[in-house]
Amino acid sequence: MTTAEESMLRANAIGTPLTRLDGTEKVTGTAPYAVEHPVDSPAHLHPLQAAIALGRATGIDTSAAEAEPGVLAVLTHANAPRLASTGNGELEILQSGEVGYRGQFLGGVIAETPEIARRAADLIRVHYERYEHDVELRADRDDLYKPEQVNPAFDTDTAQGDADGALASAAVTLDATYSTPMEHNNPMEPHATIACWTDGELTLHDSTQGVYWTQAAVAPLFELDQQQVRVISPHVGGGFGSKGIPHPNVVLAAMAARLVPGRPVKFPLTRQQMFSVVGYRTPTIQHVRLGADEQGRLSAITLDVVEQTAKVKEFAEQTAIPTRTMYAAPHRRTSHRLAALDTPVPTWMRAPGECPGMFGPEVAMDEMALACGLDPIEFRVRNEPETDPESGLPFSSRNLVACLREGARRFGWHDRDPRPGTRRHGEWLVGTGVAASTYPVFAMPGSQATIRATPDGRYAVRIGAVDIGTGTWTALTQIAADALEVSVGEVDLEIGSTTLPTASGAGGSSGINSWGSPIVAAARTLRARLDEHGGTVPAEGVEATEGMPDNPHTSQYAMHSFGAQFAEVWVNADTGEVSVPRLLGIFAAGRIINARTGRSQLLGGMTMGLSMALHEESVLDPRFGHVVNHDLAEYHIATNADVGSLEVDWLDEHDPYVNPMGSKGIGELGITGTAAAITNAAYHATGIRVRELPLHPDKFLR
Amino acid sequence: MRLSFTVNGRQCEADDVWEGESLLYVLRERLGLPGSKNACEQGECGSCTVYLDGVPACACLVAAGQAAGREVGTVEGLAEGDGLGAVQESFVEAGAVQCGFCTPGLLVATDDLVNRVPHPSDAEIRESLAGNLCRCTGYEKIMDAVRLAADRRASSEASRSGKTDA
Ligand code: FES
Ligand code: FES
Repeated sequence: MTTAEESMLRANAIGTPLTRLDGTEKVTGTAPYAVEHPVDSPAHLHPLQAAIALGRATGIDTSAAEAEPGVLAVLTHANAPRLASTGNGELEILQSGEVGYRGQFLGGVIAETPEIARRAADLIRVHYERYEHDVELRADRDDLYKPEQVNPAFDTDTAQGDADGALASAAVTLDATYSTPMEHNNPMEPHATIACWTDGELTLHDSTQGVYWTQAAVAPLFELDQQQVRVISPHVGGGFGSKGIPHPNVVLAAMAARLVPGRPVKFPLTRQQMFSVVGYRTPTIQHVRLGADEQGRLSAITLDVVEQTAKVKEFAEQTAIPTRTMYAAPHRRTSHRLAALDTPVPTWMRAPGECPGMFGPEVAMDEMALACGLDPIEFRVRNEPETDPESGLPFSSRNLVACLREGARRFGWHDRDPRPGTRRHGEWLVGTGVAASTYPVFAMPGSQATIRATPDGRYAVRIGAVDIGTGTWTALTQIAADALEVSVGEVDLEIGSTTLPTASGAGGSSGINSWGSPIVAAARTLRARLDEHGGTVPAEGVEATEGMPDNPHTSQYAMHSFGAQFAEVWVNADTGEVSVPRLLGIFAAGRIINARTGRSQLLGGMTMGLSMALHEESVLDPRFGHVVNHDLAEYHIATNADVGSLEVDWLDEHDPYVNPMGSKGIGELGITGTAAAITNAAYHATGIRVRELPLHPDKFLR
Repeated sequence: MRLSFTVNGRQCEADDVWEGESLLYVLRERLGLPGSKNACEQGECGSCTVYLDGVPACACLVAAGQAAGREVGTVEGLAEGDGLGAVQESFVEAGAVQCGFCTPGLLVATDDLVNRVPHPSDAEIRESLAGNLCRCTGYEKIMDAVRLAADRRASSEASRSGKTDA
């Protein structure tokens, strides 16, 4: 049997900073995004959305809309196709007049131009019966419930030892509650679809993180076989989780297209519509308790999380997951409780679980370090576990301490004065802070890759993966080249369609792991076959297909990436304005397949973390149940001028257990811990401990 | 209305245009130039940035009727000969492109900046590109790309004189 070491891929192309293979198409404006695929005489859809948060449409008058010149059809629950019941209350739209959240789709207008569709949709009159809605998340609600599991399949609660007892007898304790707000993914490309029915089959050009995930969700709704739904998505303008599984916009486009068979229907969402129909990160309330002895060794860690889900469909964010892995303590407990509300359905947003779950606990670690009289780096080092604290498994590799030490050296941490609120530059209070990052190594089952060698010296690599901007086109080409032992120029990669071999989607930073592994397996089989032909490719070519290989190490090791983030923060003493002139992240995430695209993933993750720290908050109006700041004018994301010096580097980490590439996912790692590092630095600057994100100026005006 | 204007130096006509529809829509849906992107439709993100008579503008905020008789330049017009223009090349080389949806608008805004300011400071770059939102890159590599483009533009000053803004 080959050992893990022996089965590792020899790096030739991987690890190099190959420029992005889709770069030319993207800078010339020729890379086709979803609604840009050339189609003949498209029709355009504009949705009708519920103007109440809970109730029932008792009458929908579409006559004025239908009378508008250029209107092809008006869709409501009266004429919508019946959907098969799949238990997905988010997707099963237009089956009745029931309204489960404000902004829910009640219908749509299909017209010759988008302007006509929009105008006609405005002419539709809806009469409602209103019920009293409930959209407020609070930790003291008496109807919080325990979900069966949390996303994707983690235990809801865990407990070891006697946490309450250990806290009662600890020399130093901390008991604090932290919160993160509702946030919206806001990829730059709004969710968008072209749907077209021909001969009872459906083609979707869709902006999606998973062509096969979309197919799997849509086909049963319309009682089609999987292969009767074709999903095409070669380029995606970002997703960050909200394009992971399809949302009602895809179903509405398919329903609308059914009314005009043979005609493609274009349905790009507006930015405003995205705030009610494509998901968001749940707000979280995180109750953290820590107990330690006089030397600063943790005896107890507890994290009890309260968050929201929607009544129409459950989504349970796994916020307490990182706490199960980060630090050693014999007595520990985590739990998740949900409030089911009359809101849109929360979903994945970059590092669901880890991103909010590395805020409260990593600020708590800072507070606890101070309470123990220790430097926050030393405190973390002192509580570094030897094995995974809850599972007891050894780590396949864990370099948190090395990241903290290397980051401290580069950032100039050693001469830091720990006293808060003592440094000033004019009207600015200055501080520095640190926090850890982590993300699990996920491998999705089910992907297959086919490689075909032809006598002209080309290797066609086919897999239904997607590139949401991360660099899949480039990284998979590098992996295939090394596995085939050829140059990247000899590889022709095809991704982004359900006409290619089946594949998992881009989620959980699992893409390279889940698509790269079958490509390596197929390449190895192909090379063995080529050897049988004496090393030359016969006229008819040689082909090999392999699936995702079983990794026996998955059950033997805890697999996670780690990192350390350092922030310098200035808080204006008069206005409370917060600025971040300097951020440094040092990561350990196995082998980085492409240094250029990889660095950009980590930089982008940290910037989204900065954005989360300083700006992002979807304000839900409890009276009406909608997000008030539902556009980019009011929902602020970090702009170029918000970012100061931003630096990313990684340690060489050798991990033969994770996969043949030795790589861990990096798409989400960078966003974890950033907001905590900035919040800790803001405390160091001001002496004001903020426990609720975002760090808007009012938090510092006391 | 019949809309006549110049796009990337070519005379263009579009029929049955409603005066109130956006220039962005005309470019993307009527003229088959989908390079300029629609990410907010309200002037907040810069994804739709084009040149309008040599000045960068959000095409989503320009009504079709306002473009009549004027010169429009889009990302599709930034190439130099058969190859990429210096700004385009710099974005690819610096790794400033991820999902690419903000890229066309940023390229036009950058082209304008490096034409106007030969050696922009970092603060000038950040400020002049602050209206172009990018959700992916964290802006660092965009900064590198703009610095690179500015250097290249400065060193090919001579050949630049023959090039028009649009
Ligand atoms: S689409 Fe024009 S500024 Fe956003
Ligand atoms: S590269 Fe995706 S928004 Fe900028």
